[in-house]
Amino acid sequence: MEKGRTRVDLFEYQARDLFAKHGVPVLAGEVIDTPEAARGVAERLGGRAVVKAQVKVGGRGKAGGVKLASDPADAVEKATQILGMDIKGHTVQKVMLAQTADIKEEYYVSFLLDRTNRTFLAMASVEGGVEIEAVAEQNPEALAKIPVDAIEGVTQEKAAEIVAAAKFPAEIADQVVAVLQKLWTVFIKEDALLVEVNPLVKTEDGKVIALDGKVSLDENAAFRQPEHEALEDKAAANPLEAAAKAKGLNYVKLDGEVGIIGNGAGLVMSTLDVVAYAGETHGNVKPANFLDIGGGASAEVMANGLEIILGDPDVKSVFVNVFGGITACDAVANGIVQALELLKSKGEDVSKPLVVRLDGNNAELGRKILTDANHPLVQQVDTMDGAAERAAELAAK
Amino acid sequence: MAIFLTKESKVIVQGMTGSEGQKHTRRMLASGTNIVGGVNPRKAGTTVDFDGSEIPVFGSVKEAIEATGADVTVIFVPEKFTKSAVIEAIDAEIPLAVVITEGIAVHDSANFWAYAGKKGNKTRIIGPNCPGLITPGQSNAGIIPADITKPGRIGLVSKSGTLTYQMMYELRDIGFSSCVGIGGDPIIGTTHIDALAAFEADPDTDLIVMIGEIGGDAEERAADFIKANVTKPVVGYVAGFTAPEGKTMGHAGAIVSGSSGTAQAKKEALEAAGVEVGKTPSETARLARAALAG
Repeated sequence: MEKGRTRVDLFEYQARDLFAKHGVPVLAGEVIDTPEAARGVAERLGGRAVVKAQVKVGGRGKAGGVKLASDPADAVEKATQILGMDIKGHTVQKVMLAQTADIKEEYYVSFLLDRTNRTFLAMASVEGGVEIEAVAEQNPEALAKIPVDAIEGVTQEKAAEIVAAAKFPAEIADQVVAVLQKLWTVFIKEDALLVEVNPLVKTEDGKVIALDGKVSLDENAAFRQPEHEALEDKAAANPLEAAAKAKGLNYVKLDGEVGIIGNGAGLVMSTLDVVAYAGETHGNVKPANFLDIGGGASAEVMANGLEIILGDPDVKSVFVNVFGGITACDAVANGIVQALELLKSKGEDVSKPLVVRLDGNNAELGRKILTDANHPLVQQVDTMDGAAERAAELAAK
Repeated sequence: MAIFLTKESKVIVQGMTGSEGQKHTRRMLASGTNIVGGVNPRKAGTTVDFDGSEIPVFGSVKEAIEATGADVTVIFVPEKFTKSAVIEAIDAEIPLAVVITEGIAVHDSANFWAYAGKKGNKTRIIGPNCPGLITPGQSNAGIIPADITKPGRIGLVSKSGTLTYQMMYELRDIGFSSCVGIGGDPIIGTTHIDALAAFEADPDTDLIVMIGEIGGDAEERAADFIKANVTKPVVGYVAGFTAPEGKTMGHAGAIVSGSSGTAQAKKEALEAAGVEVGKTPSETARLARAALAG
């Protein structure tokens, strides 16, 4: 829940497609979502194929999500086994069938953002094919970390430096240099936050191929990456989250009972904390969501936000926590009153209590508007801590 | 005194003629900021009237500096154009650039940060995606409401905009030397450490309040810095204890920073450096009052 920023984590097959688009060597492969489709794909791949679960979680191999199929009929069989499988809470909806390879060695390479040094970083290791966290922990000198200047990028010299630092074998050094430069192209051209290949393999016949990859894209770059929207996994989103996103709201569904609306990501995160603390003495109730309505909370935005939150069956009470900076509290108060009327007129069930805390710009005016409206569901509390306490108490009833 | 911004500061606004730029230029002027110009190459030579103040529009940051001696720019241009606006400010060697714009692609901020380094870091960058900074009673560069509090002796540095306002409000009767919203983006110019160092050196600041958030390891590094370099009392607050780990960048990100980035890890690091950390904003304010009294 990093504030103001969303990233799109891709499936392996989507990463593979981006690699192929920018000339990174990959194996032929196709993604399918029904077992029967495996037959044709396996035939096109020459009969034998690796059937790989497409899930955004590590450790699928150990969980049985990767199987070798010896022929097209076996591919159907293996796809049947893997599709629908649960891997660490992720249901497998798609599998990728890929060409097989005779692997001699497995390596690791990645490009990512280095927040601490405010630049990009290359990481590389000849100990690939295992979880890289384990390498970093148990054998840190086997993981080379080389800073990459955002303007200069990965030149041939920089790529050679990475290859030397990670001690890649001499006979494939040139191939790895070329792969690194192409992966850097993926990183830059696609506005990626992470491009990772694990494993990068050397085959028996000495070729270097990206066998499995992970890519995360920066949604803030949408203005110059129109094709990225199609890569989002809309089907997997929680329905409330999907509805909120369609309304342009910054909403995350959580598993508690107190609905939260606030302005500013930091204040909303703080509100979640304060509600959770209050819940410790009120039946252990917790926040039901994160919702930041941002600056300039119009009646419409408030109505949209309330509609999402009141539509969450887990919600027992709602806490509206606004500090008016630029936002004027009278506008927020009017927004709440109008939103409740609007939802009622649309026939929505409006029966959950709202606790409202308004401070800052025009707070007194805002409070007066709510007092005058005298809505039976709305109660005001002057402080954030007190309001959180009240909302938790109402949710615990 | 105060840090980074004083009544002597001469402020220009990149994007002054846009709707956000106009709205906030009006607010900054109303709070006493000495705004000497705006920048828009297509409207160079014109002026914009703000309730009787005629503010000239220049074709570039460089021209604005030459004509007015401006030493601060506040950037409101849309996210698509922010990178080039910041690079223009760096090229003009303006001492302070405050980047308000949110939603900037991280490759763009990495790019202008690298560029600033190549140009010798002559321009202090605050932000992006931040509310800016205010020195109450003197000057206001950004979108922080000027009427929350008054001049005083607390220095505030924060990743979050609304939590900045909340903390200013909680301690409004005591007042602040300067309040700096550094923004919570993965790549930011001025860090907690930069602001802590400036407040430590500022004779008008007696106590520092720092507000952090989950993500990255800036708070952990600030804790190390405080231990080694800060003699003034520091009170902290960290938001996001109950925020679940959302979509993460995989564990590769954690390997880089060497920190889990959780609120708990940040709180522990700060406490180990002798910083009292409040559970809520109001408890943090109480700790600040006690530290000032004691």
